[in-house]
Amino acid sequence: MTNSIGELEDAEVILVVGSNTTEQHPIIGERILAAVRKGAKLIVIDPRTIHLSSFAEVFLRPRPGSEVAYLNGLANVIISEGLEDRDFIASRTEGFEELKKAVAEYTPAKVEEISGIPAQDLVAAARLYAGADRASIVYCMGITQHTTGTDNVLALANLAMLTGNVGRPGTGVNPLRGQNNVQGACDMGGLPNVFTGYQRVDSEEAAAKFEAAWGVEGLSRKVGLTITEMTEKAAEGELRALFIMGENPMVSDPDINHVRQALEKLDFLAVADIMDNETLRYAHVALPAASFAEKDGTITNTERRVQRVRKAIEPVGEAKPDWEIVCAVARKMGASGFNFLSPEEVFEEIRKVTPSYAGITYARLGTRGLQWPCPAEDHPGTPILHAESFPIGKGRFTPCEFREPAELPDEEYPLTLTTGRLLFHYHTGTMTRRSPSLVREIDRAFVEVNPADAAELGIRDGDRVKVSSRRGVVEVDAKVTDKVGKGVIFMPFHFAEAAANLLTNSAFDPVSKIPELKVCAARIEK
Amino acid sequence: MVDNGKELSYRLVPSTCVYCGTGCGVLLEVMDGRVTGTLPQKDHPVSWGALCVKGWAVHEFVHSERRLTAPLVRSGGELKETDWDTALAAVAEGLSRVAKEHGPDAVGFFASARCTNEENYLLQKLARAVVGTNNVDHCARL
Ligand code: SF4
Repeated sequence: MTNSIGELEDAEVILVVGSNTTEQHPIIGERILAAVRKGAKLIVIDPRTIHLSSFAEVFLRPRPGSEVAYLNGLANVIISEGLEDRDFIASRTEGFEELKKAVAEYTPAKVEEISGIPAQDLVAAARLYAGADRASIVYCMGITQHTTGTDNVLALANLAMLTGNVGRPGTGVNPLRGQNNVQGACDMGGLPNVFTGYQRVDSEEAAAKFEAAWGVEGLSRKVGLTITEMTEKAAEGELRALFIMGENPMVSDPDINHVRQALEKLDFLAVADIMDNETLRYAHVALPAASFAEKDGTITNTERRVQRVRKAIEPVGEAKPDWEIVCAVARKMGASGFNFLSPEEVFEEIRKVTPSYAGITYARLGTRGLQWPCPAEDHPGTPILHAESFPIGKGRFTPCEFREPAELPDEEYPLTLTTGRLLFHYHTGTMTRRSPSLVREIDRAFVEVNPADAAELGIRDGDRVKVSSRRGVVEVDAKVTDKVGKGVIFMPFHFAEAAANLLTNSAFDPVSKIPELKVCAARIEK
Repeated sequence: MVDNGKELSYRLVPSTCVYCGTGCGVLLEVMDGRVTGTLPQKDHPVSWGALCVKGWAVHEFVHSERRLTAPLVRSGGELKETDWDTALAAVAEGLSRVAKEHGPDAVGFFASARCTNEENYLLQKLARAVVGTNNVDHCARL
């Protein structure tokens, strides 16, 4: 997030797009509702009617995959009605003219054609967002899990810059991270192209710095493979060994049948996990990992707040924390530089090589944490990014053109399947589905179908149905509901026995490499 | 707190909910070496004493029967219990062999959005400094 969770209450307008906040990030959802109680106006854009929709001043329900079209449409209305922030554009940005040209053709009428959003609703949303002094954008996977995900995010940034909603309390462009430490895993260089703090592996300067810090020579300057690409290469036999720490790709990844083939093909697969999970079936070695209650460490939340987890009990059974496991493997491979006695010692090394974490210590974190960038021990941390300037100086508008999703409905697969999370479960369910009080709430997969589609197909609420796509078939209960629009069906992806990701498309965004989990063509039958 | 005249040990350990990126503040209730409950942290700058249904239950999976409790190595097609030293040696050997025979880029690492910063840091250090590949990624994208 460019801004902080608490500031949402200071916003005059909050635009929530592609985030079912009250189910996926309930406590942030609470903050949004608190803002509404204090008088903030809410704009909700989602292909599905969600809890927040009923509190919205304007609710838009577009066809999944039409994001760039309607976001350009909002920019079109703002510019054609002269609602842009001219001072901000002049002093802090560049590329406005190009943007203006690019969005000119996305008139409300054209956007209605592409997305199904009524023209007058789009205009109302644009006026509301641009009319506020402090407007905040909140988004999640509904924006990123598309083949156009990068463009979707850029189009949102265009809107914020166009209206000067950057760098002040209650403004900004705020992605909500799905899993608890997505932010930290990225910050720590758990990515193929960067070391910690987003220092690029193909930068000579950064690579040399890490060679010196780690006492090694010849670090690879070649950007590595993403998870989607590793799966691909494994299936082709080029990637032959994999070490998986705390992930369950057999439920979370798109096109699971393909993932299975890839894992089966490996010469060597090692998995470290807290639970017995679906991926272990393909492992040559499985290592029992300690849970968050059994170890010390830090995690970083979606507002860049670095926080502690603390060891409360001894590891269950013979489990060991992953930090010990990784160090032990490295030492067995003959490496030096892995003789840490505690996570705090590891953290001390992290802050030496990571400028944005340099001022953070375990002692300073206490029970409230610190928000990076925190470059020095006397620095208070940074709740709001880009207050004075952008890291690259001026903010650059990036014109984006609408492109259709990779797979569109056709005669054989006439419906659009979109996926998401439920309030009571988390990701692949490895943890929540072992939790009695959460399983009590809901433990069965389902598919939501619009009443009009259901009537056409002769499906009634509660019927057992087969949902299929080009990649697979699953059987689930039908829930007939007008939460989804006609032609759209929705499935949660927590359930391994009826995994939505047997159906989803692994086509991915060329830049972010995020797969298009939010749109694929599907069919339902009884 | 009194059981047959002997006192149970009871502690509250401040931590962070690990279910979503909100990062709410929790206090884990620990009784006699088991995590038995979760309470909200009142002065936490994100959650201010609130938790959602998942947060209140975040301790429940810790003592699940599905926990892996011993290292396993595949032999004769089946995963069999073994000791740590054998399992770690097998991992080191498996990774080293492939890197040697097919080059470092034939090896890949999945880091994790469910592990700590320290663990992710160490995993990418292992991939980059020891094996020699940048094939390290996690499921931020999913
Ligand atoms: S309590 Fe709920 S909202 Fe807070 S971090 Fe946990 S899952 Fe997320």
